[in-house]
Amino acid sequence: MTVGFRALPFALASGLLACATSVAAEEGDPEAGKEVFAYCSGCHEVGKGAEHGIGPHLNGLFGRQAATQEGFPYSESFKRAGTGGLEWHAETLDVFLENPTAIASGTRMSFDGLEDPQERLDLIAYLRRFSDNPRDIPEADPTIQGMDHDLDSEILALVGDPEYGEYLSGECVSCHQAGGANDGIPSIVLWPEEDFVVAMHAYKNKQRNHPVMQMVAGRLGDEEIAALAAYFGQLTTE
Amino acid sequence: MTLNRRTFLGTTAAAATTLAAPTVLAQGAGKPRVVVIGGGAGGATAARYIAKDSDGAIDVTLVEPTRTYFTCFFSNLYLGGFKEFSDIGHTYGTIAASGVNVIHDWAVDVDRDAKTVTLAGGSTLPYDKLILSPGIDFVDGAVEGWSIEAQNAMPHAYKAGSQSELLRAQLEAMPEGGTFAMVAPPNPYRCPPGPYERVSMVAHFMKENNPTAKIIVADPKPKFSKMALFQEGWNKHYPGVVDWIGEEFGGGNVSVDTANMTVTIDGEETSVDVCNVIPAQKAGRIADMAGVTDGNWAPVNAADMSTKADADVYVLGDAAAQGDMPKSGFAANSQAKVCANAVRGALTGSKVFPAKFSNTCWSLIATDDGVKVGATYEATEEKIAKVDGFISETGEDSALRKATYEESEGWYTGITTDMFG
Repeated sequence: MTVGFRALPFALASGLLACATSVAAEEGDPEAGKEVFAYCSGCHEVGKGAEHGIGPHLNGLFGRQAATQEGFPYSESFKRAGTGGLEWHAETLDVFLENPTAIASGTRMSFDGLEDPQERLDLIAYLRRFSDNPRDIPEADPTIQGMDHDLDSEILALVGDPEYGEYLSGECVSCHQAGGANDGIPSIVLWPEEDFVVAMHAYKNKQRNHPVMQMVAGRLGDEEIAALAAYFGQLTTE
Repeated sequence: MTLNRRTFLGTTAAAATTLAAPTVLAQGAGKPRVVVIGGGAGGATAARYIAKDSDGAIDVTLVEPTRTYFTCFFSNLYLGGFKEFSDIGHTYGTIAASGVNVIHDWAVDVDRDAKTVTLAGGSTLPYDKLILSPGIDFVDGAVEGWSIEAQNAMPHAYKAGSQSELLRAQLEAMPEGGTFAMVAPPNPYRCPPGPYERVSMVAHFMKENNPTAKIIVADPKPKFSKMALFQEGWNKHYPGVVDWIGEEFGGGNVSVDTANMTVTIDGEETSVDVCNVIPAQKAGRIADMAGVTDGNWAPVNAADMSTKADADVYVLGDAAAQGDMPKSGFAANSQAKVCANAVRGALTGSKVFPAKFSNTCWSLIATDDGVKVGATYEATEEKIAKVDGFISETGEDSALRKATYEESEGWYTGITTDMFG
């Protein structure tokens, strides 16, 4: 099996990268991933006969457009991400598993994310077993680096200037209503600042798909994103 | 008279204000005065932002002739039957309640030496900063045989309002299997995808109400905004209905006969039932009267939208020659915020942040088939320059197109709330 074949390069890679704390081996170990799946199994089923529970079942995950399985009531956040083109591949799963809110701010999934890149890769390798025709198999997809996607703590620690944020917000409120109403474009007021910052950087880094948001966030600096988060975080809804 | 009393009050109040902001108000006026002419996406936004952000420190007057403003954006959706006419009408009560002095009148003259605006009703408004956002007027004689006197026979419907209603009524009255013609404008003009969204909406209307009707478009341009997307959509939803005649087939060689309802394209005369003539455009006339235009448009400085001709006169939106931004409501709204920030800074000493502009234009091709194009821009010495952009792709799946249309509806509510409060 492909998975077993990978054991040798995995061993080599882990030796080479042993000194790096935030970079995992290129390939995950599905047997180890089965253990990691214990974090998920309270809500998600996978394997023969798996059904939707609190969360959707995870069979056939790879290559699938997000939030498209029949019979599961996905959150609006996930539906929007799916319609916008989010597909589940090793890279997107890696970002998502590290910090779910980077992909979908309003996900109902009650999970803070897996910090350890190796655990994520192991879990991804395990989940791959349950995809009939996964696009990423064999696993030698060169983009799977198990990199640390999370934002630097320095970026998250930036204190935004709400006055600057108010000026910058002019660009946002042409579409997102300052009063917080959602008439087809989601509300961005009163978000926790960190969620706002994580979401904007996910657009900027093209981990989220929306072309307008990728464009707008793409030219905002770290200070500017912090300023916007500070401004919108303190607005009141009308 | 208002003018004298204001001037008098101004001089007495000047000392107190000057203490608060010693580096500004060199003119010696009291509370600084901003007059905004035109209450659309540029003017209404600028007036509202200056009043809101200055918190009463600036006296803002908005001059707009119409009491109910009908947006050009989404007026095509009204033609197609996706929106009611009342959906695109907006009044100025909320702007007035937020502290802007709203005057429903025409500005008929600007005296840049005296720094006054004269209204058709006879009043004179003094200003420290004047913002012109007058939209477009049509170039005389742009389409042979057409003039503004003939706009009832062949409507332009390119300033939303009674013209939009007229065109819709003509579509409804078209005989079975009749012909709709459009004379499209040369660049640059308001809303680059607008004529082609309109073709889509007319085709949609005909598909539902008059399925054997035909559409002819005479276009002086070799290509147009979102061309691949529109043509893909026309082939998909309205096969064989739209005959687009571009530059290479003589689409620019057009004359109309409004009495006999004919259109002659490259020497070939065709009888038509409805003819939508969208002539070549220029800045709204007040910009010309103020003497800030060069040719058809008003050149502006990208950093703050002030005119090249006069640092105290600003031009926003369609009327401005600014560089790379399209003439769109979104662009005018974006420029208005940069301008408002700069004007407030100049008059009260508030912090002025660097200019940032953006634009996104959504178009509807058919039911639940929306597309979009957008870009971000920055101010350079020379112009407003494009930084980055995107466009919808051909062949997108129907769920994404539907989401794009729903997003455009959200945007419409968002921008009109941003404009009118």
